[in-house]
Amino acid sequence: MTSLLNIFWLGIKEIRSLISDKVMLLFVIYAFTMAVYIQATGTSNEVNNASIAFVDEDNSALSKELINAFYPPRFQAPKKIDARETEDAMDKGLFMFVVGIPPQFEDDLRAGRNPEIQINIDATAMQQAGIGTTYIKSIVNKRISNYLKRTDEQDSGPVQLIIRKLFNPNGTASWFLSVVAIINQISLLTIVLTGAAVIREREHGTLEHLLVMPLTAFEIAMAKVWANGLVILLATATSLFLVVQMALKVPFAGSHLLWFLGVILYLFFATALGIFLGTISRSMAQFALLNILVVLVLMLLSGGSTPVESQPGWLQNITFFLPSRHFVSFSQVIIYRGGGFSAVWRQFLMVGAIGLVFFVYSLSLFRKSIAVTK
Amino acid sequence: MVELSALKRSQAEFVGKPVVSIQDVTHRYGKVLALDGISLDVPSGLMVGIIGPDGVGKSTLMALIAGSKKIQQGKVTVLNGDMADGAHRRDACPRIAYMPQGLGKNLYLELSVYDNVDFMAQLFGLSPAERPVRITELLNATGLGPFADRPAGKLSGGMKQKVGLCGALVHEPDLLILDEPTTGVDPLSRRQFWTLIDDIRAGRPGMSVLISTAYMDEAQKWDWIVAMDAGKVLATGTPAELMKRTGTKDLEACFIGLLPEEKRSGHTELVIPPRAAGKSEIVIDAKGLTRRFGSFTAVDHVSLSIECGEIFGFLGSNGCGKSTTMKMLTGLLPPTEGTATLFGSSVEAGSIEVRKKLGYMTQAFSLYGELTVRQNLVLDALLYHIPSKKADARIKELVEKFGLGPHLDSLADSLPMGLRQRLSLAVAVLHEPKILILDEPTSGVDPVARDSFWELLVDLSRKQGVTIFITTHFMNEGMRCDRISLMNAGKVLACDAPQKLIEARGAPNLEDAFIGCMEDAVADDASGAQNKDKAPGRAPAAAVQHAASKASAPSGFRLRLGRMFAYARNETMQILRDPVRLVFSFVGSALLMLVFGFGITTDIEHVRYASFDLDQSPESRAYLEQFAGSPRYFARTAPVRSAEEGLRRLQADDVSVVIEIPPNFGRDFRRGNAPEVLAQVDAAMTFRGETVAQYVQAVNNTMLQNPANGLQVSPPKDTATFEERYMYNPTFESVYSIVPSIPALLLVLIPAILMAVSIVREKELGSMINFYVTPTGKLEYLLGKQLPYIAIAMLNFFILAAMALVIFGVPVKGSFLLLTFTTLLYVTATTGIGMLISSFTTSQVAAVFVTAILTITPTIQFSGLLQPVSTLMGKARLIGSIWPTTYYMHSSVGAYTKGLSPGLMVQDIVFLACCIPIFWAVSMLGLRKQEK
Repeated sequence: MTSLLNIFWLGIKEIRSLISDKVMLLFVIYAFTMAVYIQATGTSNEVNNASIAFVDEDNSALSKELINAFYPPRFQAPKKIDARETEDAMDKGLFMFVVGIPPQFEDDLRAGRNPEIQINIDATAMQQAGIGTTYIKSIVNKRISNYLKRTDEQDSGPVQLIIRKLFNPNGTASWFLSVVAIINQISLLTIVLTGAAVIREREHGTLEHLLVMPLTAFEIAMAKVWANGLVILLATATSLFLVVQMALKVPFAGSHLLWFLGVILYLFFATALGIFLGTISRSMAQFALLNILVVLVLMLLSGGSTPVESQPGWLQNITFFLPSRHFVSFSQVIIYRGGGFSAVWRQFLMVGAIGLVFFVYSLSLFRKSIAVTK
Repeated sequence: MVELSALKRSQAEFVGKPVVSIQDVTHRYGKVLALDGISLDVPSGLMVGIIGPDGVGKSTLMALIAGSKKIQQGKVTVLNGDMADGAHRRDACPRIAYMPQGLGKNLYLELSVYDNVDFMAQLFGLSPAERPVRITELLNATGLGPFADRPAGKLSGGMKQKVGLCGALVHEPDLLILDEPTTGVDPLSRRQFWTLIDDIRAGRPGMSVLISTAYMDEAQKWDWIVAMDAGKVLATGTPAELMKRTGTKDLEACFIGLLPEEKRSGHTELVIPPRAAGKSEIVIDAKGLTRRFGSFTAVDHVSLSIECGEIFGFLGSNGCGKSTTMKMLTGLLPPTEGTATLFGSSVEAGSIEVRKKLGYMTQAFSLYGELTVRQNLVLDALLYHIPSKKADARIKELVEKFGLGPHLDSLADSLPMGLRQRLSLAVAVLHEPKILILDEPTSGVDPVARDSFWELLVDLSRKQGVTIFITTHFMNEGMRCDRISLMNAGKVLACDAPQKLIEARGAPNLEDAFIGCMEDAVADDASGAQNKDKAPGRAPAAAVQHAASKASAPSGFRLRLGRMFAYARNETMQILRDPVRLVFSFVGSALLMLVFGFGITTDIEHVRYASFDLDQSPESRAYLEQFAGSPRYFARTAPVRSAEEGLRRLQADDVSVVIEIPPNFGRDFRRGNAPEVLAQVDAAMTFRGETVAQYVQAVNNTMLQNPANGLQVSPPKDTATFEERYMYNPTFESVYSIVPSIPALLLVLIPAILMAVSIVREKELGSMINFYVTPTGKLEYLLGKQLPYIAIAMLNFFILAAMALVIFGVPVKGSFLLLTFTTLLYVTATTGIGMLISSFTTSQVAAVFVTAILTITPTIQFSGLLQPVSTLMGKARLIGSIWPTTYYMHSSVGAYTKGLSPGLMVQDIVFLACCIPIFWAVSMLGLRKQEK
């Protein structure tokens, strides 16, 4: 009971300190509103404004028709270049795609042959190259059949493949990116807030003062966990409702309660990590350097930037112990796919278990760290 | 450097004239008034002391005189010139030596003693031939000779001050400015320090010395005194004059006498009633307490027993082990050997119970500055679980007694030192502890506040029977304790009532008694101490003469180059001895290379799929077989048996695509009825969903053209076929595009952060003063700092290139030599970005985060890492086209994958080369040669 009270009062003090730190507070607000919005809408894997050029060796009415089929916003207005310029222009990075239309192209088609179009793709632009190529192919074939048959109908093949995209039928990138942005902000700011709270207390000598009082290291650490966790939880909720659901209109398929339960488990891990980093670094500056390394790893390998399946097998085995990976995973299950507890309990267990192990470890370091201060 | 003859002449001119003349100088920090319209003439050739407690403006005044701070208002004339005039400062600074406040504040703690002094010598342009001679002489004269190779961070406070002094004297100054050189230094070192100064003055009689101190008794022997309080000069004159004017016998009493009436009000001579005689219970008992940190023994077999109600003092210098002993007594630190008991029970065992009887006040006053006075007190009451009624009464009582009433709702940070100290004591005694442990509670507090603080202590001890354990480095505070123990280098030298200690040694006062004890200890310890400077003799004077006769005048350009290399060498040594930054610069970039290289990949492979075959005909099986036949892209899992199962497995991320074949697929296919196949794709992650959908389509398309599976049909009429040429990356694996772009990102992130931190760190730790007060130019400073980081970044580049080749199998196809050259330009530009950021950030933390955010965002978004620059529009295009990474990215990706011809890299090289001088110019504008 007294222990709970201590944790409560220390946590209140923690929140008061944070509120008086206006710069940090503004940064938290910015990170969970503006920054999430910008990240969700700013980048996209979509092909947009792609630079394209044509080498037209046919110079027929059809080839002109094809060139006119490419227009903004998906493609820039096509440029016509000479075959000899192709290599050089691609080397300079002027165009992502150079499409070559062979001589007698229209004649061959009218004769019932299937002439070959060459697409030169700058394959160093990975994300857009693959999808862009598919677009080019489909636009070209559609335009050809349109031109030759004067109709919009396309020949259906022997099998009609219907592809249905579940959970995000229109493939709106901001649905996914906005949630990943929140997850990244949670990782970054929880660690910064908690770690900075530990270091500030140590640098001001108030930590020693607390340790001389009838308080245990557990109570001091736990107060930081709940206070900083609560602040981030509130920010997360605000961000989810205001930015993700209201501004970006992302539907939330599953249970809010279940997701927030998962967030709380993750916060437990992230605050413990903050305490750990705050304990092992001897100054704010060291903490900041360490933080950058740790947070980048947490973010990049979580499966939020690129899919976990794409990591090599051995790396997947390592990232299995990264709670951020499970966080991204169960967030997708709950938010988009509407999965229930039965679909996410494994991820919950993993996040909780790693959080607990880390917390116990940080706690044991925390007490020892007093020796380091002097 | 001024030529010797000219120097002599100018000296002759101003003898008798004031060396420093100050007119109406006012200085503010925000709203705080540090100096309030001061006017002062300091006579030359004398030893002049500025006395007064902390925070009265002494340090500000000295920094203004030294030219390290920018004058806000008024006129400061030093050595016959206006210090607001940059040209005069440049000429005068080689004749002024300035040692800022704080033990070793302007030293580089990672560097050795020798290197520290050598660095200053290089900045003042001493030739390589005269430097070793001069430095060795100075070090020997100050007794630092045997410690030349020891890092400055591992020296005691007194020794650090001597290193600072050597650094200040390495060029022969006409004006020596020492800001609180002896605060926190043990009495023996203090005495040695003053002897040293006297000897130096004997060797250079024309030299003026300006010293500030918080120990007023020190100033008694000086020629001329300036007493300061609250930004104003109270009085000037010889010590004898001042004491005569106030009718006092010592300077501290004299100072109190000089204070304005309202400050003195309520101040009475402190009287400490004697303790009631007779033995009482022993409450603190320590036996053989020892604490070692590695090979260093901080506390060496300390034994103490303190009685109930006693005021027990612990006297010693900074770093002598006082605080460590306290931490062991309070249970903060476990002793390596020995035991400590409070009230008969061990601190560790009875932890919580014992701690309730303990009050503790740390050196830093340990208050929550962001909470108000009331909140600080209430928090403490809550944490000790004092019932709220009792707590209210107690807080009220304390607030009244400690005079905190008017400030109840102000933030603790906004209180003046004296009040904070009282608040801190109130917090410590709120729960009515039986023992009060105070760690240097009075440092930095003016004498009047100190006396009233002591009145509170006396009241606690004599009236309430609280045992008080107090550490201090003020001798006169030691005199007020019932018993004191003198501590030095981890050992207790003597322990008794102060008067008895003085009598036992037959010394005139406590300080002499202490010095006597220390000298005995040193003599006992003779083995390692034969080099201690018993008598510095005339060596420094000789050293001064020696160097002066050699003073030569090398050309300006060589001097500049020398200073630049001095900074470069200094920075290199620092970073080599700072494990965290070293790890960050090398291991950090290698680690991030691995994480980015393996972690960021757009290759979608091994997509888990399940079939849902409602037909089970040879055709349906042949159709599904096609997916199993492309193992790089698709991985088969158990088929699903119902639509619900399929959905459930998609939800749980068990499969990413379910392929549903309708009933009668085989029959319809044979009849040419074009049966429908439904592929349900998980598109929660949009990019992946899109790609998987394309794969499914592609498998469907290829199988219809493949004669092997019996599903082949002739290509439809009116379609073209396509030949796709994936240029630069024929296998279309993301590793070939990601790996060459990572160095572009890492070589801006890490060098920029390190560069920004290295400059901001100097600002934060105080060694920036060396730049302010030496003739070092801005460009020399910046380039000197930049060189080591360019070298580090280039090493990083080679490491990253080796990793790309060995670990990722991505070789450089183009000219490696040309890429190396482009990299050199690039990292010079990126360290320039760090330099630029350092000019507007003031803390290392801000420098790290601001640099990270400012470099990562444009690099990822606008430089072609994710989106080709050719597809950017509007502002994004604009940012992309001025951000250096865009150009390096082009060269790097080009050299790795495209085998770009040199001609195509010229544009990048030209742009990068143009960036460099721009960053230098802007950084020079942003860098200040004086503190604000």
